[in-house]
Amino acid sequence: MRLLTHNMLSSNIKGVTNGFPLRLQVEKSVEKEVDLNPDFLKNIFPKIEWKALVDASHALGYPELPDDAEPSMLDSHDFLKKFHHALLELHVEEGALICPETGRNFPINKGIPNMLLHEDEV
Amino acid sequence: MPSRPELTAPPEFFYNEEEARKYTTSSRIIEIQGKLTERALELLALPDDGVPRLLLDIGCGSGLSGETLSEKEHHWIGLDISKSMLDVALEREVDGDLLLADMGQGLTLRPGVIDGAISISAVQWLCNADKSSNEPRLRLKAFFGSLYRCLTRGARAVLQLYPENEAQLEMITASAMRSGFAGGVVVDFPHSTRAKKYFLVLTCGPPSLSSALPKAKSEDGESCSDDSDSDEENKTVSISDRRRPRKKQKVNKKGKGREWVVKKKEQMRKKGHSVPPDTKYTARKRKAHF
Repeated sequence: MRLLTHNMLSSNIKGVTNGFPLRLQVEKSVEKEVDLNPDFLKNIFPKIEWKALVDASHALGYPELPDDAEPSMLDSHDFLKKFHHALLELHVEEGALICPETGRNFPINKGIPNMLLHEDEV
Repeated sequence: MPSRPELTAPPEFFYNEEEARKYTTSSRIIEIQGKLTERALELLALPDDGVPRLLLDIGCGSGLSGETLSEKEHHWIGLDISKSMLDVALEREVDGDLLLADMGQGLTLRPGVIDGAISISAVQWLCNADKSSNEPRLRLKAFFGSLYRCLTRGARAVLQLYPENEAQLEMITASAMRSGFAGGVVVDFPHSTRAKKYFLVLTCGPPSLSSALPKAKSEDGESCSDDSDSDEENKTVSISDRRRPRKKQKVNKKGKGREWVVKKKEQMRKKGHSVPPDTKYTARKRKAHF
């Protein structure tokens, strides 16, 4: 699972009003190289919750991202490279996602988060 | 053995390891899935500017449809309820991210982040009640509601499905409309039993020019003409207005009217009777209840 997907995921357990961001617990991670596409990054930037991305990248041991980001920073190639690396190249292989309200644990196995809910959580 | 997989077992059990492998090694299925995905992408009508988008693949299975999305360089998130299918997707090293999730429980995504959604041969599974706790209407509602929320305004969702009958198609469409989607059903190859394909094309947000339904394909490769003689011929069902027209207020010249009532009440007051005060409710017509 890439951090792009982590940034979009939110918990939808019954009764949870704010299921975002899911806390990330990393046991194993990998890096896979992907071609950088500035257009995609510029397009996706407004939809990213920056703080959640920074926290998640810290959990993966990548502290390079600045704490705050503005659209004007997208012109800098250096920033784009870091953004790209954090968003698309870091993969969580094993670990868990934890709901911020209920503390429910969604395990990640082989890079696939298990988001299935129990019957009483629907 | 029933011919429809939906009638055999719940999806997480039907697509077991054996079935998942069969599904992914059959060249016929690969070809059909590829074609369906290409058609779905065409119907999705993303802006033609070469910018990769973030798409959602609902019921991605072993990632056959995702492969077509990756070819077009889009980033995608796929979800499926069958672990065996996702395992095959992992073996095939698909580019998108995978989630093990049940679409009938609602999508676990933030609002307004996805640029478009496709689904190939999956949504009809929602109409199954495999467990006593499964209520198809509630599952459809949860699915379409969460899909509407997670799409950006003006984004489209193209869902290819195999409805069991007309009633099922209607139930799915009605549920989508109730969640706020505009759009309708596009039927490709309507005159062929085997090649006939249903696409539910939904647009998120208020109806506009862009939410006009695309044309369906027919055998000779040309699109079906809109002005065919009978309704039977023209199989593109369009439901463009998601709100019901307002009821027209009937103009009824019969009855005495407010003026007359107020005059009579005044007369009674002068006679010394106790008469309720004149309000906005005085002489107002009641609704036609039974």
